Amino acid sequence: MRFGGLLANHDVTFDIYPGEILGLIGPNGAGKTTLFNCISGFLRPTEGTVLFKGENITGLKPHEICHRGLVRTFQITQPLRDMTVLENVMVGAFVRYPQTHQAREKAMEILRLTGLWSKRNRMGSELTIPDRKRLEIARALGAEPELLILDEAMAGLTPTEVQEAVELVKTIQAQGTTLFIIEHVMEAIMPIADRIVVLDAGRLIAEGPPSEIVQDERVIQAYLGEGRHAHRKEHSS
Amino acid sequence: MPKISRKTVVTVLLYVGAVVIAPLFSKAPFYRHVLIMVGLYGLLGVAWNIMGGYTGLYSFGQSAFFGIGAYTSTMMLVKAGVSPWIGMLCGGILAAIVAAGVAYPTSRLRGPYFTIASQAFARTFQILMTNWDYVEGAIGIPLPLMPDTWRFMQFKDKIPYHIIIFGLLGIAILVCYYIANSRTGYYFRAIRDSEQVASALGINTVRQRIIAAMLSAFFTAIAGTFYAQYVLYIDPESVTHHALSIEIVMVAAVGGAGTIWGPVLGAAILMPISQYARAALGGAGRGIDLIIYGVIIMVIALVRPTGILGFFQRERTIEGEGGDDVDTTITAGTGSDDAVRGALGQS
Amino acid sequence: MLVNVGLVQALMSGLLMGFVYSLIALGLSLIYGVMDVVNFAHGEFLMLGMFLAYWFSVLFRLDPLIAIFIIIPVLFLVGVGIYKGLIKRILNGTRISQILTTFGLSVFMANMAMFLWTPNYRLAERHLTSTTGDLSIFGVYLGVPELIASVGSILVFAFAYYLIRFTRTGRAIQATSIDSEGARLVGINIDNIYAITFGLGISCVGAAGVLLATFYYIFPYVGTFFSMIAFATVALGGFGSVEGSFVAGILIGIIESLGGFFISPAVKYAIVFMTYMVVIILRPATGLFGW
Repeated sequence: MRFGGLLANHDVTFDIYPGEILGLIGPNGAGKTTLFNCISGFLRPTEGTVLFKGENITGLKPHEICHRGLVRTFQITQPLRDMTVLENVMVGAFVRYPQTHQAREKAMEILRLTGLWSKRNRMGSELTIPDRKRLEIARALGAEPELLILDEAMAGLTPTEVQEAVELVKTIQAQGTTLFIIEHVMEAIMPIADRIVVLDAGRLIAEGPPSEIVQDERVIQAYLGEGRHAHRKEHSS
Repeated sequence: MPKISRKTVVTVLLYVGAVVIAPLFSKAPFYRHVLIMVGLYGLLGVAWNIMGGYTGLYSFGQSAFFGIGAYTSTMMLVKAGVSPWIGMLCGGILAAIVAAGVAYPTSRLRGPYFTIASQAFARTFQILMTNWDYVEGAIGIPLPLMPDTWRFMQFKDKIPYHIIIFGLLGIAILVCYYIANSRTGYYFRAIRDSEQVASALGINTVRQRIIAAMLSAFFTAIAGTFYAQYVLYIDPESVTHHALSIEIVMVAAVGGAGTIWGPVLGAAILMPISQYARAALGGAGRGIDLIIYGVIIMVIALVRPTGILGFFQRERTIEGEGGDDVDTTITAGTGSDDAVRGALGQS
Repeated sequence: MLVNVGLVQALMSGLLMGFVYSLIALGLSLIYGVMDVVNFAHGEFLMLGMFLAYWFSVLFRLDPLIAIFIIIPVLFLVGVGIYKGLIKRILNGTRISQILTTFGLSVFMANMAMFLWTPNYRLAERHLTSTTGDLSIFGVYLGVPELIASVGSILVFAFAYYLIRFTRTGRAIQATSIDSEGARLVGINIDNIYAITFGLGISCVGAAGVLLATFYYIFPYVGTFFSMIAFATVALGGFGSVEGSFVAGILIGIIESLGGFFISPAVKYAIVFMTYMVVIILRPATGLFGW
């Protein structure tokens, strides 16, 4: 099995290898979320291809891509507001477990893993921001992704909460899931990513292990030079 | 559902009991007529609810499917002497097909856009029916009088109608209950809350929306056939009118959209109001019931958009949080959760 | 010259009606564009305008064309009152509560009118224009009331357009429609703007009602029908677009009369609704003129 996340949009071409954590960084407006949308089927790239497990998934509908094992979260958290936390996760689990009781068992397992167990009967609309971020991940895990793509799952969290999220991501990786993470919080992504790709103005400007990336001149110019204040972006939702 | 819970059995028994006992309180035809209207609008509300309450598609055009049901069975009876039971099934299937045909192109529309489109569809349908000579246009069709038989679904007494409509309502509720607790029901609610999330989680939203529309149209059309057999006269004004679509939405929204029993409760509250208002005030008081409906619906939308059942549900959520952290009660806890859900509906 | 007089006749009467539709749609589009609320009771305010015109003509012997100067401010205040009492509370509500509230208002108003004024069809008494009949230009007959209604609609539309585009308040309305948070930050009182917008929207549709009252039958349910026409027009012109409303109103008027001419007058509204369905399916939310 080989993940071939091959993208040729704006000349962006890179691979994601099975089992790794690939970080995607870049200044605001670099096109990170657009890239995610192209991969997950929410946007159709005008040119280029997305390969997943050797198959061309370019232009497939989001639900078809999910069925193939590539699941995403949203930067602006979208809990299913009138469903409980448990039901939120069950919706994800139904993709693999059509029976209600199986989906419920799977969801409960994930709720324990993600630390949402005690809030399982809360409504999606009642959650705090950190819990919403967790729920985004938990719901995606329900669909048992082979490749999980997280869109700024840690932005807007306190340092403690970031630490918890980092632990969660490590746990998910340890269970054999490949992760592709957009992250604005450098402190969060650098220690856990195996490799980093850097996007600037829609182009790939660097690729490599975190230790190399932080030393890369172009990256420092494009991203780090942007100002230290940029590392914590507030979210309204 | 792997096995039937005790709560379900109790609910079914309570329902059957209530249906049997209700008409015994009075022999007055009017009283029994009101009960039948509760059943009819309960059925229409439950059908609307599959789309409106669960899937978040507020159709204001259900009258078209009601009309398809009424006209299909009536035309089959008038032209070919086919039993209305078969006509009922055919009408339901035809309505479901039409619903799929409408749901597919409108599958990108949400919120008020969908509502307006559904209204435009139903109004177009009414205009076409009014101008279609084969179905007698605006003149309407009196149903041929048949002997008092189950085969032709015609009775002088009101009790058989009572049994039929509450039987049909019971079936609709069971189907709704089954759907609500299955994957499809969860998918419907996910679409209601966010189509984007739903599709990211592998849900084919277009397909699910079509399924919801078909189910809803099927039961609405069945109610249409029943109405034709009960009133024995149909015309576009009575079975495809916009006001009917309005009443259907009201019934579901007042009782509680997105809950299993909400529409039934809504019908039980609103139908006596409208029937008694019409009877008491006659022609001069036309519209009094709808004035009251209008006020009720505004108040409900402002105070609690989830409908009257919403008050009970709020308590459920709070109650549910009580024993949350006790791991040992998980299994039992979940089981009873289900039972409560079954009784009060979903969400 | 080989001109089909009937066709020209249909085009002209469609055009005249179209200007009235433009004015009706303007109110709906304005309220949606600024407040993001679809007013399902829109047609009922048209009905209210018609009945006010009727009662002014019967009780005070005022021609609708004079009464309109009283009715427009009255409806503005009615609109502001309904905003303060009802609409304000649903601005942050869910979609369903917005739909149900304005919809409940529609049911309430239509049936209140039914209760108070009976379902009878009425005609307003025209004290100024009652003697004038049809006007004939090259064999094409134009009803004088229709002509007056469409010219009146254009004038009211132009006045509303002036208010929105060229006055201080109008610019505040535009700013709010583009970005209400931003507008709040620069010191615009959003609540007042919403109230004014709703009042303005209601005045527009009410004015159209008064103008229609000079030749159209007045009855309690007349609004539900015009609501549909307004939805179709706004969908065509793009929700929130002022200019789009104007063009789309004319288009709808012409589609309606051509449908009546080529197919059958009985199904002309079915054709309008089908046009609407096609547009909203092909271009949901943007209409023909939205980009």
